Amino acid sequence: MESFWGILADAMSLILAWDADLIEIIGLSLRVTVTAVAIACAIGLPVGAAVGSFAFPGRTAAAVILNSLMGLPPVVVGLIVYLMLSAAGPLGPLGLLYTPTAMIIAQTVLVTPIVAALTRQVVEDLHREYAEQFSSLQVGPLDRVLALLWDARYSLLTVALAGFGRAVAEVGAVIIVGGNINHVTRMMTTTIALETSKGNLQLALALGVVLLAMALVVNAGVMALRASAVRAAYV
Amino acid sequence: MHAAGPATRPEAVAPPLLQARRLCFDAGGRRLIDRIDAEIRAHRRTVIMGANGTGKSVLLRLLHGLIRPTAGEVLWQGRPLDRAGRREQSMVFQRPVLLRRSVLANLRFALAVRGVDGPERATREAKAIERARLGDLAKRPARVLSGGEQQRLAVARALACEPRVLFLDEATASLDPASTHAIEELVREAQDSGVTIVLITHDIGQARRLGEDLIFLHAGRVVESGPVADVLGAPRAEATRAWLEGRLHLGPPGHGTS
Repeated sequence: MESFWGILADAMSLILAWDADLIEIIGLSLRVTVTAVAIACAIGLPVGAAVGSFAFPGRTAAAVILNSLMGLPPVVVGLIVYLMLSAAGPLGPLGLLYTPTAMIIAQTVLVTPIVAALTRQVVEDLHREYAEQFSSLQVGPLDRVLALLWDARYSLLTVALAGFGRAVAEVGAVIIVGGNINHVTRMMTTTIALETSKGNLQLALALGVVLLAMALVVNAGVMALRASAVRAAYV
Repeated sequence: MHAAGPATRPEAVAPPLLQARRLCFDAGGRRLIDRIDAEIRAHRRTVIMGANGTGKSVLLRLLHGLIRPTAGEVLWQGRPLDRAGRREQSMVFQRPVLLRRSVLANLRFALAVRGVDGPERATREAKAIERARLGDLAKRPARVLSGGEQQRLAVARALACEPRVLFLDEATASLDPASTHAIEELVREAQDSGVTIVLITHDIGQARRLGEDLIFLHAGRVVESGPVADVLGAPRAEATRAWLEGRLHLGPPGHGTS
């Protein structure tokens, strides 16, 4: 077996050579993950904001459920989505199993509770500060939610980032519903698992390096945005 | 404000705009407001004073409809205070609550939720910016302004909604003399344009400068009310006397009232 440094050198060569397989896998991973996070934000942000800013019976229970769902085991989510999409499942006729769409659905199920739960906390804290002023101005429910989401926008970027981190690093659910089919549903994480088991460590490590680099770039970008927001007292 | 009670003085004649009737408010197993009967008269400047924890802020929130009374009622022009009545009121808090947006966007938001838009909104925004003397800072984030500038913006925002009553809850408590003076000028201008003022302050000088009527609270009850000069010049209630002399008065509301 090659040394770690030898494998790393080969992995870097693959990246620098802009290897077609590598690019395809990265592209699919980004498409699936970004789409899932976008859908999760579209659902989770308003749900979290509503739970965080409205008083209604069962609000505490809703918050507890959201928090609990943050820890959903990916393989369980994968199994449930698999059962829903399989030929015998209620969504079987759609023929989505082993497609990127199936992986988007699984990741959305995993990420939405994270976005909703963290949004609830952020919005609740902000609403505590704004509540009397909003009440004095008689801000309506929709305006209130929109205002809170807008004013918490920089904190919510971090929330979206947490969702992205969870989705992009996820392997259990997408491998069950996607099947890790070459050129169809092969993601970075599933490829790393597969190629490692096959002994193709160069490609696995190359993907690992790209995954880490992506996490670094996205984090740095969000931190820079937040820093500018803090300077403007927008956080 | 004119309050029924043991030390009520003759009041200026003006129609009551707001009335508190046997108003009570309980929280945490304690009675914070205890059977208050009071009237806010239109176009007057009413000062509410009293030691910390006597229920001044709670009373203001009840009058503005931010909280519901445990018993009793608040009347707006003779009828129970409702959403329509509340829309004719504005409130400024001790710590200005400003959105994480620019000065202009803060004004725009308040006007938008009040249904003011188009040229009317632009006119009111410009007037508020000018009134608060924040012309150079209109596009700056509101929360980077100094404390005085932030409170001027909060008052200007409240006045931009063109309320008939402006409530101020210790709006100058943490401001320097110059900033306090600027807020007092805004309050006077507002009253000159017909706005009824109700403010809480611990500053006796401010009460004399700004107030016309005064109500003094102790233990959630009105112990004395009347023209500011009369109440502060010759207090009748022991609680008022003790407060003016800087003594701690722990007796019941009616104790020592002459």
